[in-house]
Parts: sequence; C-alpha cells; structure tokens
Amino acid sequence: MKDLVIIGGGPAGMSAAIAAYENGIRDILILERDEHLGGILQQCIHNGFGLHKFGEELTGPEYAWKYEKKVRELGIECKLNTMVLDLSDDKIITATNSEDGIFQIQAKAVVLAMGCRERAKGALNIAGSRPAGIYSAGTAQKFVNMKGYLPGKNVVILGSGDIGLIMARRMTLEGAKVHAVCELMPYSGGLARNIEQCLNDFEIPLKLSHTVVEIHGKDRLEGVTIAQVDEKRKPIAETREYIPCDTLLLSVGLIPENEISKAANVDISTITNGAIVDQDRQTSIEGVFACGNVLHVHDLVDFVSQEAEIAGKAAAEYIKEIQAERVLITLKTDGKIRYTVPQIITKKQDVTVYFRVSNVYKNVRITVASGDTVLLSKKKPKVAPGEMESITLKSEQLENAKKLYFSLEVM
Amino acid sequence: MERKLTCIICPLGCALTVETEGKKVISVTGNTCPRGKKYAESECTNPQRTVTSTVKCADGSLVSVKTDKTIPKEKMTECMTLINKAVAKLPVAIGDVIIEDAFGSRIVATQNRGL
Amino acid sequence: MYDVAIIGAGVVGGMTARALSKYNLSICILEKENDVAMGATKANSAIVHAGFDAKEGSLKAKLNVRGAEMMPTVCRELGVKYQNNGSLVVGFNEEDRAIINDLLLRGKANGVANMEILEKDALKRLEPIISDQAICALHAPTSAIVCPYDLTVAAIGNAMDNGAQLKRNFEVCRIERTENGYKLFSQNDSVEARFVIGCAGVYSDVVANMVGDTTFRVHPRKGEYILLDKECGTLVSHTIFQTPSKMGKGILISPTVDGNLLLGPTSVDGEDKENKSATQEGFADIIAKAQKSIGSVPLGKTITSFCGLRAVGSTGDFIINSPKKGFINAAGIESPGLSASPAIAEYIVQMLKEQGLTLTENKNYAPIRTSSHAFREMSLEEKNKVIKENPAYGRIICRCEGITEGEILDAIHRNPKARDLDGVKRRTRAQMGRCQGGFCSPYITELLARELNIPYESVTKFGGASVINIGKTKGEQEA
Repeated sequence: MKDLVIIGGGPAGMSAAIAAYENGIRDILILERDEHLGGILQQCIHNGFGLHKFGEELTGPEYAWKYEKKVRELGIECKLNTMVLDLSDDKIITATNSEDGIFQIQAKAVVLAMGCRERAKGALNIAGSRPAGIYSAGTAQKFVNMKGYLPGKNVVILGSGDIGLIMARRMTLEGAKVHAVCELMPYSGGLARNIEQCLNDFEIPLKLSHTVVEIHGKDRLEGVTIAQVDEKRKPIAETREYIPCDTLLLSVGLIPENEISKAANVDISTITNGAIVDQDRQTSIEGVFACGNVLHVHDLVDFVSQEAEIAGKAAAEYIKEIQAERVLITLKTDGKIRYTVPQIITKKQDVTVYFRVSNVYKNVRITVASGDTVLLSKKKPKVAPGEMESITLKSEQLENAKKLYFSLEVM
Repeated sequence: MERKLTCIICPLGCALTVETEGKKVISVTGNTCPRGKKYAESECTNPQRTVTSTVKCADGSLVSVKTDKTIPKEKMTECMTLINKAVAKLPVAIGDVIIEDAFGSRIVATQNRGL
Repeated sequence: MYDVAIIGAGVVGGMTARALSKYNLSICILEKENDVAMGATKANSAIVHAGFDAKEGSLKAKLNVRGAEMMPTVCRELGVKYQNNGSLVVGFNEEDRAIINDLLLRGKANGVANMEILEKDALKRLEPIISDQAICALHAPTSAIVCPYDLTVAAIGNAMDNGAQLKRNFEVCRIERTENGYKLFSQNDSVEARFVIGCAGVYSDVVANMVGDTTFRVHPRKGEYILLDKECGTLVSHTIFQTPSKMGKGILISPTVDGNLLLGPTSVDGEDKENKSATQEGFADIIAKAQKSIGSVPLGKTITSFCGLRAVGSTGDFIINSPKKGFINAAGIESPGLSASPAIAEYIVQMLKEQGLTLTENKNYAPIRTSSHAFREMSLEEKNKVIKENPAYGRIICRCEGITEGEILDAIHRNPKARDLDGVKRRTRAQMGRCQGGFCSPYITELLARELNIPYESVTKFGGASVINIGKTKGEQEA
C-alpha cells in the first residue's frame, strides 16, 4: 500500500511528486520505465527550457536535473527501469522490473504522467518502398544525442513540429545536410523561434503545403518524391520533385500515451487523446490524476511542470481527504477552439483554462460565456494550433455557471 | 532599410521589424519586451547563438554540452569542430567546463556522467 | 554433400525442411535474404482457407483442404497461434448470391465441412458491423487465421533443431548437374546436394530455368495491405471476404492472431519481382472496398501498410513436379499456399521417396518447439519464476507490445537466429505496435550489436545495405 504512486518520472511525474511532498505526503513512489529520471528531456539537449519556470534558458537535461535533485533531496522513492503493465480502476498497479519481477501495489492515489509518443510512419500510408532510413524525429534524436550515432548524411524532414525543427539543426551541426522540411499544412506546427534558429540559420528550406508522396530505395532510402498539396491537402501531380536522400525524419505529431489509463477505464477525450479532467487534473476515476503530455500535448515543459504541480497538490489533498464544496460546470468549445483542459470544473476556485485553436487565425476575440452572459473576452492578434493559449477565470465568475462556452471570433 | 526578424529569445517568437541605416539600428518594433529590442540590435550588428551538442566521454559514452555564453553565429561550425575533438574526463557534473575557450565562451556539461 | 537442398526459406521451404527433418537426412536451406520468411510469406492475408475457392480436382483444392486439416496440429507442435475464427463470403446482390451458391457446391466437392449460406439476419447476428447492403454470406466455420512468418520461423527453427542447416544471403545463381545430384552456386559459395527443391516464390521460374525447365512462368502479383491498431482487432471476429466476381476478388477484412485488424490485399499484376512499393491508388482501393463490407473504416487507427508479391504461376494451378530427376519444383504457390503448405511438404516428401530418397526415421526427431509467445502467456507466478532466473525477462524493451529483453535475446539466440531489427520484430513483435519501433529500436539495435558482437552502426533493418546508422557522430578519434 502506497499513499501516492506516480507513473512516469519525467518532468510531469517529478513535479507532481514534489508538489505532493510539499503538501504533506511522504509515502510517494515514482515508477519510471527508463534508466534515468527526466524522461524525454534527457535527449532534448538543446536549450530553450525553463524561461517561465526559472527565468533562465536551460537545456533539457539541465531542466530535468533541477527536479531530479529536488526529488533526491526530499528522499522520494523511485524505481527506475520499471514498466507499469496495468492499472485497475481500484488503483492497483502492476509493474515489472528485473529486480522485483512483476509486482502489484495498491495506491490511495495515482498520478498518470506517462508522456506522449510520436505518430509513427505507418499511419501516413506513404506510397513507395519500405527501406531503412526512415525514423521519427525523436528516434533520430535518441540515436544522435544519447547513443552518438548519425542515422544518415542527407536528410529530408516531413512535418515541422518542434522536434523536427530541432533535429534539422542537430543533424546539420553533426555533419548531415538537411535538404528540406516539408509541412502538409500552410503553416508550421513548430515555434517561430525554432524556424528562425533551426532552419533559417542554416538556410534549410521550409516547404509549406508540401508532403512526401513517395519513398524510393530498396535496402536503404535513396530518395523521396515530394509534392505541393492543394487546399484539400491532395498532392498536385505537376509539382512532384525528387530529392535524393538517405534519411527521412518524421515529425508529424505527438499522441498522449494512454494505454494504462485506458486499462483502468479512465474516460479519454477523442480530441486531446488524453483523460477528461477537472481543474485538479482529476480523471473520471476518483483519486487518479493526469498531467503533462499524457493529458494533452504541451508546447513547453514549463507548462507541463505547472500542470503537474496542480495534479500533485490535488492528489495530496485527496489522500488527506480534504473536502471542498462541489459544483459541476462543463466546458464546451466551438470548432475554432479545439479543446480545453480542464473539460470540467468541480470546485469554486480560480481556474486557469488551457486551450488550443484548430487553425491559424488573425485578429481574434476569444469569449467565455455562461448562457447569455459573457464572462470574459480577450483579443489576440494571432493564434495558431501550435501555440497553447490560456484564460484565467475567477471563482466569482463561476457563480451559478453550469456550462461555459468557449468561442473564437475573427474580427 | 527595414528588416524583418523573428525573435528567438523566448517561445513567444515575436515578429520584429528593424529599421537600420547601414549597420546602425534606428528602431525596433513588434517586440513584447526589452530583450526583443536587444536581440534585434545584436542580430543586425553581430548575430549570436548558443550551441548545444555532445562530447565524447573517456569511456565512450556521451555527455551533452552547451556554450555557456552565446558565440558569433558564423562560428557555429568551427565551434562544432572543437566540440567534436574534445573528450570529457569522467566523472562529469553539470556545469563542468569541458573546453575553456570556444570563441569567447566556455563549453560546459549539461548532464552528469559517472557520478 | 547434402541429401536435400531447399531453395527458399519461405513457408513452403520451411514446412518441407521440417517434414524432411523427421528422417535421417542432411538438409540445407538456401535463402537469398538475411532472414527466413522474407518473400510472399511475410506479407499475405494470414488465412488458413477452408478450401472452397480452388477448382474441384486441382492440386490447389486438394492440398488446401489437406493442409487446412493438418494446420492445427502443426501449429500446436510449433507453438504457433492458430485461431479457428471461420470465414464469411459476403454477397451484396443476387449475382453475388449465385456465385456464393457455386462456391458452396465447389466447397462440398472439395470436401470442406459444415459450410452454410446465411441470410442477412443471421449474418448480422454473427457480425453486427457488416454493411446493411449485404444480403447473404457463405459461412465456412473451418477457416482459420495464423501468423505466416511466425509459422515459418518456427518450422525452420524446428527443422534446424532437428539438424537442418540454413545458409542466409545465399542467392542461387547457377545450378550444375553432377554425378550424384546437383551443385548450387551463389556469388561466392556453393553447395552440393543429391536432391533439390525449388520453392523460391516469385523466382521459382528463374530457378527452374537453371536446370533447363522452361515449361512455366511465375509473375508477381502485388498485394497491398493496411494494418490497424489492436483497438480495432475486434471489429469483426470472422475473416470477411467479398464475393469474387468479374469485377475482381474484392478484399478481406480479418482479425489477426495478434489482435490487429488486416485490410487488403489489392491485386495488381506486374513483371518486376522486386517491386514492393505501395501506391496511393492501392490504399484508396483498399479503403473503398473495405467500406463496402463494413461501412466506415477507422483509418486513423492505421499503424502500418505493406505490400507483398504473390507468386502467380502460368498454369493456373500449383506447379509441383519434377522436370529433371532429383529436382522438384514447388512453384506458383499463390493463395492458398499458406493453407496448403503442410500438405505441399507432405506431397514433396512423397515425390522424393518415389525418386529414390531413402527415408529412415530420425529417432531423435523432436516435433515440439517452445512458442515464442511462451513468456507472454505465462501466469504471473510463472513469469516471476522466469524473471528470478533470468532478470532480462523483467525489463520491458518494447512498451507498445510489452516485449521483454529476455524475449528479444531469445529471438537472437534461438534457431533461426534473428540478425536484424526486422528479424527481431517478426519473432517477438517488438517494434510492431503503435509506435512502430520509435522508442525501442535504439535499444534493440544495442542488443543486436552486443549479442552478435558487431559495431552498433553495422546493425541493419533487414540485412544487405539496410543499415540503421551510418556512423558515429564524434568520429573515431581515440579517447
């Protein structure tokens, strides 16, 4: 029996553990599948982390170390190389490692912090052969940054997600030539600063509204055919262009890894692919919380840590059986706002609601309404799917609200 | 002359417009904070970048490193040559200096190894 | 000098090798690729057909029915998953119904048991997801599913455990007649054997030509498939065929023994025996046809797509004959080749006997092979016992499919040993899940390098030039 078991020792898991500790919980166990804490941050050796949280620019491993040090100082128990196999709806965790074998733990509360994975090449159904030399950007990052091996010399990247952009720079610095980054959409999914410093600095062309239509090569990749796409994202035959290359990296999206959540029958949103949660990041199962990229994919690790603090603190309160007055407010969105996290509010308190839009819009007004009453409205010069937005609602604004409607209007 | 830049100082990525006369920056607009203005000025006169990479450790493993200050942008490739030649002695702690001078910056470890 | 050389380590070669390893014979399997099951065997529909499809009296019909009968025992002995899920040929109009009636009669003539025609209500009760446009279906309860490469790996592994040898990267390019048999040459090696079996899939005609047999041709027929996530594995429980007609054979929708959902194949005849490239037209064709059977297809759950080349013979039937003494063709083994494979092997053994090969029983022959899924199927207590003895079984490498380091090491060390990433994949399912190796391939690369004692950058995806990494980032300077 453990008070709190945290599944995942990345930034979300560590931050949740520290928050729970600081809120009075001592009997905490972090289960981490990798051989180190920090999760994927260990391979994100570029800088740009921590500006919000620490006011300084850190690399991924440095950011992770800030938390790992704290976890160690507080003496929070961690089991590394430990994979959780199952979580039951009554919070029994089944896990395995080489030392303990397969074991079970009953937890009073659980924090899900398993992170996300990259969308795989298979899902893309690209025509052509299936040679070696096609990797997700994160896999290439692991080869280059953790193992010290170069997947290839001549690279094309499909998808302009941040990992893809970062890998364009990393591969270039390590001696490869990146010929192009193709993005299916008319806008990039990555941060503007990364386009600047990862592509423009090295004169790597970003081809918007372009995709890879065919893969060539028998044993090892020999080239790809790219093409421009029309408004319906269909390739335009006349624009086909062959680029010789030995490596194709894919950065085509991240998917929260919710296999364990699904095993426990946690309600999952079909939009975020993460759990449906309240303001405490509590899922549909009482005492099971979710935070970080397993809940919804974040742009910045700083926000992951913030969210994990909310979950960790709430888990502590749940364990201590601190009761609050309950309400039930559901959050709905129009199509232009794709989703909100949380999706429900159950306590009368100030709540910051995070959301993403479904397209690039300029000069917009974002409105939160309860029935006919507009609670809040906010203007933005530009919003994009790649950038998470937030709005803070005051507890008094939630008075008598049953349903909050989030909408976006282009002015 | 007008120059369009994307600020790389923070994830906001402000779209900056810089008015220059020769090498001199007359005005910067589009920035959200003073760091944006500073970035624009530096970018138009002496562009600077942080370099991150890895260095081989004595046991063949890798340790991640960075320049502890920015270096001139055009020196990035030469900086990589230095980094690629270096070998870190174990143990390595975050902040340990691996190369004393790389274009005015030091190359420091960003991971712990062998501790 | 071997007694028998088998050209091609596909399911036919594998089953034949195993059938021969029951006797005191020296057997050598020659495979041009870096692993077994690399041709049509690794990319087909994975169905053990009931046997109503092939024309009465054909070799296909006879061997299909016999092979399907043998398959449960073969799979049990080899520890290969076999699932008797039954099949449905769905009809959408009266024309289809007439064809289905013919198939029923043909099935009966071929000796297929318990077939029946279901009307719409009964069909919908059996498979609620079937499109409302369906009017009837032919139900063949004896139809089953297996994993073709698991079966082949197991058959060849078992044959090797019983003494057979496997030579990889041995592409037969010339065959000479010798006094006692044949000498087979690759670019830089040769073997001699008294008897030779050519079961080289799409290259069977090329191999037959080497001994002067030009009586048939084999051309490749491309078949593309889409594989969906395990979340979709229970959308249907039967293998759902469409009624074959003038318009073509349609496509099938089937669960796999590993719990995924398989859609396909397309059917495009070609000439290039190496062209396994998938096409946008192919994907569109599969999707459109699948929609006809089950309405909407959850394509967002696609985890991979692939293409196989079926070996289509020019005679319309399996070509199993002996054009020259001591040389046997097993060519044109297209569908239902997988289903028929144990019977093809039996048939070949009989032919060899008739040609004078002495078959004395191998007293040490052990037909049973431990399943490569053995660990996964153990109880918690059993697993913990194994982990205690070998901690590698406690460490999960492939998180999507839950495959441990122990299982991967087993695949690398057990016959026929996995030598590349795809070899590990086919034996263990590691890299075969949702992330398609995104997380685990760097670790598996490490295990292969360590266990095979080769440099990390020499590890390949499937042999040849298919390296995963091209070199070190930091060069070779000494530390």
